[in-house]
Amino acid sequence: MRLPRPAWIILGLLGILVLAAIFGPVISPYGVGEVSGNRLAPPDGHHWFGTDLHGRDLLTRLMYGARISLLVGLVGASISLLIGVAYGLVAGYLGGRVDNLMMRVVDVLYALPRIVLVIVLISLFDLRLKTLLDGTPLAPFATHARLLLLFVGLGLVEWLTLARIVRAQVLTIKERPFVLSSRLIGQTTPVILFRQILPQVLPIVTTYLTLALPAVILEESFLSFLGLGVQAPLASWGTLLADGASMLNPVATPWWLIVFPAVILVGCLLLLNLLGDQLRRLDAHSER
Amino acid sequence: MLTFLARRLISSIPVVIAVLTLCFLLVRIAPGSPFAAERALDARTKAILEAKYGLSGSLPEQLFRYGSRVLRGDLGDSLKFRGRTVAEIIGQSLPRSLLLGSISFTLALGLGIPLGAYAAAHHGRKGDSFFNSLALLTLSTPTFVLAPVSVLVFAFGLKLVPPAGWGAPSQLVLPAFCLAIPFIGVCARLTRAGLLETLDSDFIRAARAKGVSEAGLVYLHALRPAILPLVAYAAPLAANILTGSLVIEEVFAIPGIGQFFVNGVINRDVFLVSGVVLVYCLLLLLFNLVADWLTALLDPRIRLSS
Repeated sequence: MRLPRPAWIILGLLGILVLAAIFGPVISPYGVGEVSGNRLAPPDGHHWFGTDLHGRDLLTRLMYGARISLLVGLVGASISLLIGVAYGLVAGYLGGRVDNLMMRVVDVLYALPRIVLVIVLISLFDLRLKTLLDGTPLAPFATHARLLLLFVGLGLVEWLTLARIVRAQVLTIKERPFVLSSRLIGQTTPVILFRQILPQVLPIVTTYLTLALPAVILEESFLSFLGLGVQAPLASWGTLLADGASMLNPVATPWWLIVFPAVILVGCLLLLNLLGDQLRRLDAHSER
Repeated sequence: MLTFLARRLISSIPVVIAVLTLCFLLVRIAPGSPFAAERALDARTKAILEAKYGLSGSLPEQLFRYGSRVLRGDLGDSLKFRGRTVAEIIGQSLPRSLLLGSISFTLALGLGIPLGAYAAAHHGRKGDSFFNSLALLTLSTPTFVLAPVSVLVFAFGLKLVPPAGWGAPSQLVLPAFCLAIPFIGVCARLTRAGLLETLDSDFIRAARAKGVSEAGLVYLHALRPAILPLVAYAAPLAANILTGSLVIEEVFAIPGIGQFFVNGVINRDVFLVSGVVLVYCLLLLLFNLVADWLTALLDPRIRLSS
């Protein structure tokens, strides 16, 4: 697939972001949770993005938060991808009554306050999962129980659109001669679905991934902002922004604690949305 | 029309039951008790409290008890806000959230549609690409980013509006805009895409041949069929505004239903959470119904009964 130049520029910028997330906290002279007496220092030569209430370096924390935000986005979007593709494939291929029923379910779920249910799910099962993991070999993950719940919860929220898109695609693809011929030579339904039809829908799925990614990152930050997502000592862009927002006061607000997390988050979302836009245009072109 | 309404109402019943059951069970299974305070509760007091609120016995029993109460129109008492019923809390807080939400909804559509129509009319020219980037920017700027930044700039920096609170109309300006802006971009893009498709169709060519002005074509002839996708989006939009309201109420200290919901989840206030989720669910089903009805109204090819 040949990408247009703007797409390369966007990919480059996103690459820098990912590199900063991976290597930034390692290179930085400050530790993530390193507390210092230099509290609420505005940006200067030492602390490029300033420090927070506990004297922690904001830039380091933002780069560390990028790990969490991007990870949740990636895993959540992948989970939604798996569910959406499988659901859409089955509904579209089987057709008829099954399809009708499955799509009605999607319609209904579309109408529900899904994020509200995710809030209930996540905040309620955090402790339960922790105690569940404690006695097992998975105990080291117990502290990250909430992260696991975020992956699953957000993955469960975002698959609906993809299921619709995939189903619509499958409906047209299954009428094409090559599907008919494979049915004729006696291939089983799973083989036809995964070997014949799935490769045909994959391009659209990649495009969709660039749309699901910002959506999941946004939802994670949303939950974290409300204090229902990632919790200390972990930090994501959402929690950092919430920290900044909690410092709002009419006398002397540490503006850097709000502006920098906001710019990074919006920048990342914008880049991903732009990339999705480019890819969709590419899809539209190749279809013509 | 009547059969359509009846059918929709009947098909909504299982949805409402499923959501309410799921929510009630989730909150009840979750660790932590609504009665827990700073001091640990002894088993006897806890049992008495549970019996008093109908939370004793097995889960199905509790659920059945709650369900039959809801059917009788009683949403129960809040467990944390002692002495207040859930219906009372919702009755007080919901109108505030609805007022804020409907202003934002109007803003999103009222600004999004003209913007999108303008972009479509200037398709391929400079205004179009500028619009495209602007739309992408607004839909990449979530409510919870806009809220603190706008307080910082407009309330504390420029001192144009009050930073928080509820009551005065001036206190509504910032929250309403913060809630609406991310969706203006979505609405504008949908309008633009719909218009561009419609402007390609035969009846537009006929109108053009008849001598209708370009502006008349876009804003009068093409707009009605073109905003169909937007009407379909209206229900999810309403849902997004409702959930976005959670953050807005938090930042701007608005005593709306979202605040009670977040607190309820944290406190395991099972009746409050279930009550609020029930309200959300009913609202969204209603929005869907209205959206479908509007679609049929705008597009005579669609029949409601089908």
